[in-house]
Amino acid sequence: MSELWAGLSALCLALGSLLCLTGAVGLLRFPDFFTRIHAVGVTDTLATPLLLLGLILQLGWCLDSFKLGLVVVFVLATNPTASHAMAKAALDAGLQPQLPDPPARRQDD
Amino acid sequence: MIERLLDLFLLALLLITSLAAIRLRDLFAVVMLFGIYSLSAAALFMTLDAVDVAFTEAAVGAGITSVLMLATLRLTGRYEQPPTHSPLLPLGVVVTTGAVLIYATLDAPHFGDPTAPAQRQVAAHYLEASAGEVGVPNVVTAVLASYRGYDTLGETLVIFTAGLVVLLLLGIQPLQPHCPTRRPASEQVVLQVIVKMLIPFILLFGAYVQFHGDFGAGGGFQAGVIIATGLVLYDLVFGDGAAQQVVPPRWLPRLAAAGVLLYGGVGVYGLLKGHALLDYRVLASEPLAGQHLGILLVELGVGLTVFTVVLAIFYAFSSRGWR
Amino acid sequence: MDLMVLLAGLFNYWVAIVLMMSGFYVVIARGNLVKKLVGLGLFQASVFILYISIGKVQGGHAPILGALIERYSNPLPQVLILTAIVVGVATTAVGLALIVRIRAAYGTVEEAQILAQERAEDAAQAEHPDDPA
Repeated sequence: MSELWAGLSALCLALGSLLCLTGAVGLLRFPDFFTRIHAVGVTDTLATPLLLLGLILQLGWCLDSFKLGLVVVFVLATNPTASHAMAKAALDAGLQPQLPDPPARRQDD
Repeated sequence: MIERLLDLFLLALLLITSLAAIRLRDLFAVVMLFGIYSLSAAALFMTLDAVDVAFTEAAVGAGITSVLMLATLRLTGRYEQPPTHSPLLPLGVVVTTGAVLIYATLDAPHFGDPTAPAQRQVAAHYLEASAGEVGVPNVVTAVLASYRGYDTLGETLVIFTAGLVVLLLLGIQPLQPHCPTRRPASEQVVLQVIVKMLIPFILLFGAYVQFHGDFGAGGGFQAGVIIATGLVLYDLVFGDGAAQQVVPPRWLPRLAAAGVLLYGGVGVYGLLKGHALLDYRVLASEPLAGQHLGILLVELGVGLTVFTVVLAIFYAFSSRGWR
Repeated sequence: MDLMVLLAGLFNYWVAIVLMMSGFYVVIARGNLVKKLVGLGLFQASVFILYISIGKVQGGHAPILGALIERYSNPLPQVLILTAIVVGVATTAVGLALIVRIRAAYGTVEEAQILAQERAEDAAQAEHPDDPA
């Protein structure tokens, strides 16, 4: 039974790390500020609770896992809010999102 | 092995961040990098078994210092002028000093050596005797508040003095009733709802940290900074001057002085009872109970002073930027 | 082989020294006062890292007394650095307040421009010593 929990915990930790990595790749490769916030905000908001869940599974039932559960709730509440605040601040400062070029007009329009 | 790898990774992160902070001329980015540097240093402290220090560095370095620097940038300007003189002389000075320091470390005991001189004598005494003499599980709190309580009294006085100096230099503008807030409340709905839900928990956590410092990481400094940060968050989201309506500025110097007087008062009480300054054993019938009570009171004094000074400094900087 | 052992044993201290020197470089080589304070903050944090590295004991635990733990890391550097961190933020706040006042008095926070203004004022006073400052 404990091997099941250990395996599940390893899976959660690996998934969380993979999500962090993809978020970092998105941060570097996306063209625009707003797309970058989206990449990091979404992946980090899932990755951090997954990593903490992996740690909770390793600890079992104890006070420390309850504290980690509280941190998960906190992160789920504040991470999207932080992304929202950043995007709002950028928009208020005048940064416009980079839109795709309009499609080329056809000759017979 | 894993610990050493983590150590190396964090040190590499610190190096990269500091080199980037030297090169950039956008001061906003430099302040953000400084916040990242502080947070990485806090993580490094965790791997070096310094949990109280990590807690304080995260709260103070990545929290309050970044806010104060951003508040200053708002008043002074965002970009740095290109340097006017050649970097060769400073580079020469820096490289020479670094080389001398590295040469000086060649005699030092290796990292983690349990037989190093630093780990013997006084530190070993504190670890062995603190359970019997002070009775508090967190040895750092026992040393900070009891064995080296006089140093901590001096530190509280330094924080109080710094708060006084900032108030003398900048002053806190009184809240005008018609002072326009940064933007209409209807535009900040998401932030206001989330922050309104979070702030009670932040303040509760600050109170928990204040009293939990005896058993785990925590204590007066971290608690004072956390509670002040909760109020700073409130002010940032709910408009200029919102926190001043909750904690009026005229309370702050008096509360700060009250914190210092509480600490000093506990010490002087020991003197009046015929013992040494800050001898907590006279506070109760049993020496260990006296130590517990003494540590509780002085940590309260420290927490009160740190909270009021940090909040006063924030008020001084933010009210300076009002139009 | 000796060099590798030395490197492995002293690496933490050397990196802390490099960080210290980078903060020092910012303080002496850059003209913007806010950047200088950030450099000073980098210097302070690296000194903390040096001290805490000295206190670390291999195989040790955080210095919170527990039943089954036999080896603890050194609590004394941690106490000193706890004090130092809080005092550091207090002095940084005072430094930032001074910068705000300097900006109000001189209109700039660049060291070169401030010194130029001071020299111009001194020269003007030397030419007309009877004028009020």
